[in-house]
Amino acid sequence: MTPPDPGSPNPGAPGSGARSGPSTRNSRALVMARIRRALADVPRAETPGEVPVERTYHRVHGDRTPAGTADLLAENLADYRAIVHRTDAPSSLPALIARLLADRGATSVAVPPGLPDRWLSAVPDAVRRVPDTAELTPHDLDAVSSVVTGCAVAIAETGTVVLDAAPDQGRRRITLVPDHHICVIRVPDQVVGSVPEALDRLDPARPLTWISGPSATSDIELDRVEGVHGPRTLEVILTGAESAGRS
Amino acid sequence: MSGTHQATYLGMPAFPRAADASTRNTQLRANLRHATHTIRAKRATAVAELDDWSRLRAAGAAIKDRTLRHLDHYLERLESAVTAAGGHVHWAADADEANRIVTELVRATGEREVVKVKSMATQEIGLNGALATAGITAYETDLAELIVQLGDDLPSHILVPAIHRNRGEIRDIFTEKMSQWGRPAPPGLTDAPADLAEAARLHLREKFLNAKVGISGANFMVAETGTLVVVESEGNGRMCLTLPETLISVVGIEKVVPTFQDLEVFLQLLPRSSTAERMNPYTSTWTGTTDADGPRAFHLVLLDNGRTDTLADTVGRQALRCIRCSACLNVCPVYERAGGHAYGSAYPGPIGAILTPQLRGTQSELDASLPYASSLCGACYEVCPVAIDIPEILVHLRERVVEGGPVSVRGTRAVIKPAKGHAAERAAMRAARWALDHPRLLRTGQRLASRTRRFHPRRLPGPGRAWSDTRELPRVPEESFRDWWQRTGGGSRTEGRKKTT
Repeated sequence: MTPPDPGSPNPGAPGSGARSGPSTRNSRALVMARIRRALADVPRAETPGEVPVERTYHRVHGDRTPAGTADLLAENLADYRAIVHRTDAPSSLPALIARLLADRGATSVAVPPGLPDRWLSAVPDAVRRVPDTAELTPHDLDAVSSVVTGCAVAIAETGTVVLDAAPDQGRRRITLVPDHHICVIRVPDQVVGSVPEALDRLDPARPLTWISGPSATSDIELDRVEGVHGPRTLEVILTGAESAGRS
Repeated sequence: MSGTHQATYLGMPAFPRAADASTRNTQLRANLRHATHTIRAKRATAVAELDDWSRLRAAGAAIKDRTLRHLDHYLERLESAVTAAGGHVHWAADADEANRIVTELVRATGEREVVKVKSMATQEIGLNGALATAGITAYETDLAELIVQLGDDLPSHILVPAIHRNRGEIRDIFTEKMSQWGRPAPPGLTDAPADLAEAARLHLREKFLNAKVGISGANFMVAETGTLVVVESEGNGRMCLTLPETLISVVGIEKVVPTFQDLEVFLQLLPRSSTAERMNPYTSTWTGTTDADGPRAFHLVLLDNGRTDTLADTVGRQALRCIRCSACLNVCPVYERAGGHAYGSAYPGPIGAILTPQLRGTQSELDASLPYASSLCGACYEVCPVAIDIPEILVHLRERVVEGGPVSVRGTRAVIKPAKGHAAERAAMRAARWALDHPRLLRTGQRLASRTRRFHPRRLPGPGRAWSDTRELPRVPEESFRDWWQRTGGGSRTEGRKKTT
């Protein structure tokens, strides 16, 4: 009833080391042949583009002013337990960051290489600056109180900030291991309405981290609880556009 | 360490017998009812926020169909894009081969421990067991997977593998078992969800910080760019994807999507369907390797393991659209009562009932019983974000089980015989067809049945007993419809006195 698999993969190890060995190369041909046999009903001349995909869904949900979009972003961030601060006067940003770190009792802060110098200018020298370097180990980072970054784009409809590891955000690990993340969003130029608008602005070649509120889980009785492995406190600052300059 | 002991679905009984036991477990039923009802209402609210949901759903289905109809094309593109970005691509025709590849890759690093992101593909192939045999310990880091691993248990839900456990049971498992795997649970641990999450954080932190090898699956792979996507909540995924030096991702070949833009559809459909959130807390995307940020080596293991057989069935093929959201489990009346373990595979619920018999075939008693694990109510189809017509495939697979017919088995055309267990059903249907083709014979039989009605048993004898165990047999009326119609002219004449027997 069940015929033996004529192209059964070779037993034994898939080649030495990390490279694809002969076994997987055979399996590649085998899997490809199986796919082509399975798709015998698809006309040979059909191209992928001929299979219709209608993108009649909305580019963005609802019609909002830039101010309305920023309000929605703040509302949705807060709905998923991010702590939202707004400072329309860019000059007050350094004082706000200093206050948030002091309120937290932070003794050290991870600093991406391209963070504008001004952002930490009001933070006392007693708070140790930990530069984001390749040598910084996860254990080192585990001893760091907080991290301050910018972002690539923020999505109002979903309450999401996206990091793309640009110089004002640093390596992915620095926003992951410390338990307190302060993320600055420049309003309105970094804020979009929807997921499709955000993807338009992002470069897939860069490693992306989409963050919607602090770390959470739904694993206990399918109810959401905040605070597992990622930063348990996410503070987001929406600031005016004039503070845009990157160092 | 209990890491070498692995729970398994092997040898599990057919669905009706497994469900017969699980439906009597009142604790299990209460846990499942509570969890599934919690998420149902939330999902409906999250979906109702988007007035273009049905269009997103249609687009999601269409993108997946486009991909599946040209899967070879997109896999070739994916392979070259991943390779160009510094990754290594491996192909696994079946579970054994995938396990061998991953084991060899881990061995090559010299490590004996790996951290894992929750992944359906690695559950499906039994990777943890294969690694344990090779002396490699895999630490599950998703909270629910951790509960399952510590409890030496099996997953029972796609999204929340420990959905069958309530908070009190989780507290007991943590208190009893964490010390065998690493850092013990804090003394006096309560069953408050926040405390349980904190215990998991403390237990796993050291493992994340020391990890040299991470193993993951992926929710999506983008053919045009070679980008992989992992959607998660806790941050354990980010830990496993960014801190280790080597990352190995085992991904089913059907997880590919054509373009980066296509993610705009799925990143709207998936979070709202699964955890009922506008967006899940963390989504990570990566393309090959990045200098000095994240793993230095990236391996992608592309897994067939029955997917091409599923692809060969033009009706069943649509099951490969599945994005593993688990909305169909949460609305299913059968899943809610039977629980996930009764389905005997990593894929429980309605999607499991159509996916498992296609991936594994219908030769075993368990797999042949899965298409029947449904009342065909259609709630699963209603909520499916990629519009998989699950009832249609269930009926199609039932037909395959009963009638047999041509299928693809590991890429080769084969003809399966009708299942033995359904001989009585086929005989009954043949008898019915013959009787209905002979009206006079049917009438005689009906009259005979009416006249002997007082002697009819309340339970069927022999093989029919199981059916009537849980059902009342319908009473045979004292007069057949055909006789009544003839006597009264379809009710137009005054009803005369009925003949009594």
